[in-house]
Amino acid sequence: MHFFMLDEGPLIWTSDVLIILATIGIIAVLSYFKLWKWLWDNWLTTVDHKKIGIMYLIAAILMLFRGGTDGLLLRAQLSWPNMHFLNADHYDQIFTTHGTIMILFMAMPAIIGFFNVAVPLQIGCRDVAFPYLNAISFWLFFAAAMLFNLSFVVGGSPDGGWTSYTPYVENAFDPGPGENYFLVALQITGIGTIATGVNFLVTILRMRAPGMTLMRMPMFTWSVFITSIIIVFAFPVLTVALALLLIDRDFGSHFFTVSAGGMPMQYVNLFWIWGHPEVYIVILPAFGIFSEVFSTFSRKRLFGYSAMVVSMVAIAILSFVVWVHHFFTMGAGPGVNSFFGVSTMAIAIPTGVKVFNWLFTMHKGRLEYTTAMLWAVGFIPNFLIGGLTGVMLAVPPADYQYHNSYFLVSHFHYVLIGGTVFGVFAALYYWWPKMFGVLLNERLGKWHFWLFMIGFNICFFPMYFLGFMGMTRRVYTYPAGYGWGVINLIETFGALLMGIGFLVFAFNILWSARYGERDTTGDPWDARTLEWATTSPAPTYNFARIPEIKGRDAWWLMKKNGESINGPKDIPFEPIHMPNDSGRPIIMSLFFFIAGAGFVFEWWILAIIGLAGVLVTMALRSFEYDDHHYIPVEEIEKTEAAAGRL
Amino acid sequence: MKPSGRRLRSLLLVVGLSMFALTGCNSAKYMPVLSPQGPVARSEYYLIIWSFALMLVVVLGVFVIYFYMLVKYRARPENKDYVPPEIEGNSRWETIWTLIPVIIVIALAIPTVAVTYKLVKPPKADAATGSTATAGASSNPIVIDVISERWKWVFKYPAQGIETVNYVNIPAGQPVDFELTSDGPMNTFWVPALGGMEFNMPGHDLKLWLEADHAGTYQGRSAQYSGRGFAAMTFDVNAQSPAAFTKWVQTIKQTKPPLTKQADKQLSTPGNVGKMAFSTAEPQ
Repeated sequence: MHFFMLDEGPLIWTSDVLIILATIGIIAVLSYFKLWKWLWDNWLTTVDHKKIGIMYLIAAILMLFRGGTDGLLLRAQLSWPNMHFLNADHYDQIFTTHGTIMILFMAMPAIIGFFNVAVPLQIGCRDVAFPYLNAISFWLFFAAAMLFNLSFVVGGSPDGGWTSYTPYVENAFDPGPGENYFLVALQITGIGTIATGVNFLVTILRMRAPGMTLMRMPMFTWSVFITSIIIVFAFPVLTVALALLLIDRDFGSHFFTVSAGGMPMQYVNLFWIWGHPEVYIVILPAFGIFSEVFSTFSRKRLFGYSAMVVSMVAIAILSFVVWVHHFFTMGAGPGVNSFFGVSTMAIAIPTGVKVFNWLFTMHKGRLEYTTAMLWAVGFIPNFLIGGLTGVMLAVPPADYQYHNSYFLVSHFHYVLIGGTVFGVFAALYYWWPKMFGVLLNERLGKWHFWLFMIGFNICFFPMYFLGFMGMTRRVYTYPAGYGWGVINLIETFGALLMGIGFLVFAFNILWSARYGERDTTGDPWDARTLEWATTSPAPTYNFARIPEIKGRDAWWLMKKNGESINGPKDIPFEPIHMPNDSGRPIIMSLFFFIAGAGFVFEWWILAIIGLAGVLVTMALRSFEYDDHHYIPVEEIEKTEAAAGRL
Repeated sequence: MKPSGRRLRSLLLVVGLSMFALTGCNSAKYMPVLSPQGPVARSEYYLIIWSFALMLVVVLGVFVIYFYMLVKYRARPENKDYVPPEIEGNSRWETIWTLIPVIIVIALAIPTVAVTYKLVKPPKADAATGSTATAGASSNPIVIDVISERWKWVFKYPAQGIETVNYVNIPAGQPVDFELTSDGPMNTFWVPALGGMEFNMPGHDLKLWLEADHAGTYQGRSAQYSGRGFAAMTFDVNAQSPAAFTKWVQTIKQTKPPLTKQADKQLSTPGNVGKMAFSTAEPQ
């Protein structure tokens, strides 16, 4: 009874019914239209980076819906003093899943989706360095996301906040499977993320087309390169922190429990040594996206390219020496707090340089306000407010007053939404034609932008004042008489506007799939970088002939010089070497899911079955010899002719 | 479509919200952080205002350039044939906008570090903070142990030998050394009107000194989430004149029951309770 949470009331019952109906619906549609084989052959087993990128993005948009619904539930509960829409337990679970899903299962897959969609095309190669590993990364993320979402209806969600501080999350205070879901799901997706970091690091270092020197790479690829380095250094710390805490919970050790000499603060340190670089993992690729969008729609090259690169490197290094600013109030002494305060403020310097370079990219340009450009333009003031309040938070004595208050809540929503989410939307509108061969509708896009942007400001700007009024994060209700009620009500209205904006976006996707303008040119924006040199969507092999790169903004140069992407006409094509599709990544992730469920519920037989399955699938892979094929020249010629590129 | 009209409207929205904000600043009742009632909160308040002023300069500067670019260089039918120049960069300008944030960070870092060091311990003499010390107050701090239980605040007065729950009385004009610890998950001890917060951690003893300028009641709460009863984990800080404080201690000693083992156990059981007081600090 309690395992399936049937005693938890109508919210859970409704979810149960919706989940069952959705599952039946999906199975019925796939069976009725006989799509199972198509789905398996074209999507579930694919190792094509473009398709994997699209799957990441579909999952990210679904998770944005889930996390956004969580957010609306939280806002509904807070909209008036003494509300009883949610009780304390439900509220605690929902803010935990809201934060965790938005950061790890929405922002991360969204940006990694764009790594996949754009990077190999931007550097002129045919796939990532390790395509099979890339598929494993995706399916690990997917298995983890499904496991994490299952917690809502089976056994209960985690309720320790997305930071999940010890000792609260130790068994003594927080028994039950909820927290285990958090630990195991993050662990599984973390493995996939580390693999992605390695994959793109190697891809960018080793797979660039001839002539594509590091200082000729598009800015988005630069941001992915630096992000991958941060991933490779930061995520192992998370792995360790989660593993130690899971051992505490599942096997009774005392790494973080005071009663047997453990140190709870050690978890907090480890968490933020990963957690602070993590916020740059999700913001730097957004910076890369904005750089592409600003330069494309200003019809100018990016201003201060080298300074942009240096700034990103500086931000990456600084991101590892600021983590204590998340707990200035731990009594670390004035020396430590001063060091981390000033190092945090220092991040404003390279960030400021980037903002001015974007502004001057527009200088003397010819700005076209497409929807993608609107998101980029909207990013600057919103991110500025978020960033500058971040500098205010970096002042330790002032932070004693802001810490864990709504001032902080507002700050990180301004940088994460105004930065990362705006970046994701900009990228969706920008690269949509490249992914699907169809443009998203501009009029609907503008409605989406204005509703979301205005709603966002109405929702989060007043929170700065709630912070000064003494409202702290994670309170599920508050008494009347503090003056918080009306402000919270206004914020809830803003959140609703954001929700409506999201629905317009969802409608835009459906409308454009049916009626949207087809992109026959491959280059609808008259853009500058190499991904626009291929057809929309790009053929499986990306480039029939690997292009020779002669400078920055390679495609712009080719267009100016009247060169074709396929080079001179008289040289014949050669067969193209491509990896074979494989069903093993998805099967392996299924075993990870089973093992994960075993660790969540401490059912060791299930855990052993899952881990054994993982090992067997890995072992089988090493005996697989027939793992690649060649695309014959006739097929390439046929594809290129159909695209009108011969 | 009238882009300029839309821009004007969003500008008006921003201005309107700022006005709304400014009217709230003077309200001591609703904005405790912006109406400090003690020397600690006051030094933090000055830093907040100083950092806000510096950031406002940046916002205004960037917004001017931003709107200039957006309006001046927008695509119009008249400039359809305009081909923007390919500009690589400009080292002079780039140096300038690297140096400006450097200067701003220095302008912020110096007072930050100074105040961070200053707030570690109460100053020896009251005059140094400019506080309006109430007559008869001592400049020697009084010590109060603060223990966060699930989900209540326990205050022990070692020198006075009493204990209160969910409220704490302090003498005004005299520094109070709060010694913070926790019997359970972490919490933070926050009295916004008197100063910033500090963690209550199990197995640790963190110090936070606060001081109230004059008599009054201030709201306190935990800012670190600690579970189901966290939202109701609030307390009152009653600052009294030193004479009234001494009298209050006497009253507690005479009228309240001693802390029994049973009552002590009840406090460590998870749950919210109302205000309580005991005439002893150790369970008997």
